[in-house]
Amino acid sequence: MNVRVKLFALTQDLAGTDEVLLELTPPVTIATVRAALAEARPTLGPILPSCAFAVDNEYATDSTTVNDQAEIACLPPVSGG
Amino acid sequence: MIELTESQIDAERIRLAVSSPKCGAIVLFLGTTRQFTDAKETLTLSYTAYGPMAQSQMEKLAAQAQARWPVEKCAIAHRLGEVPIGEASVAVAVSSPHRRDAFEAASWLMDRLKELVPVWKKEHWADGGTDWVHPGLSPPAGQNGVQ
Repeated sequence: MNVRVKLFALTQDLAGTDEVLLELTPPVTIATVRAALAEARPTLGPILPSCAFAVDNEYATDSTTVNDQAEIACLPPVSGG
Repeated sequence: MIELTESQIDAERIRLAVSSPKCGAIVLFLGTTRQFTDAKETLTLSYTAYGPMAQSQMEKLAAQAQARWPVEKCAIAHRLGEVPIGEASVAVAVSSPHRRDAFEAASWLMDRLKELVPVWKKEHWADGGTDWVHPGLSPPAGQNGVQ
């Protein structure tokens, strides 16, 4: 299945894009996505362990499962305010 | 009123959004952009967000504050894009019958907002450099001064 991962701030700069398309074999969890993203965009490797992930606008954990309709976002540590 | 905006934050509009005859207290907090971080000078800051999630997280926080304190209304506004020094990048307002609840709820809302709402700040330094601010992140190779 195809999974699109949105990138923001430093992750966007390091990857040189605001979205990465991953082709993954189900079942897919956030742990799978994190590992596949590190492989697809090695420049993200050092900061991915510090990033949170969201599925459909909700914070997810590594065990959260992902279907092919889900909107996935990789969120580096936030700094609003 | 919960909003992300590219315009200047209008504090009076935020105050009016939480105003209620049932309340004896309104706490309005404005987070403003600072010129110096330690000795380093900032020219301007810019903010970016994961818009739909930032909006839903802020709405959720406001609902949680209302469940936790006897709070009448909450308003949150976060500015996006470039924010010149000294202007408000964020506003939180809370109204409640008595002041202690409004102070506590506003403080709690700001703390949670800074932890959970997907907004990122970029420093544009006076020396010409720029840095994304990512608390707790050690600088990756090739990047200097990331917080």
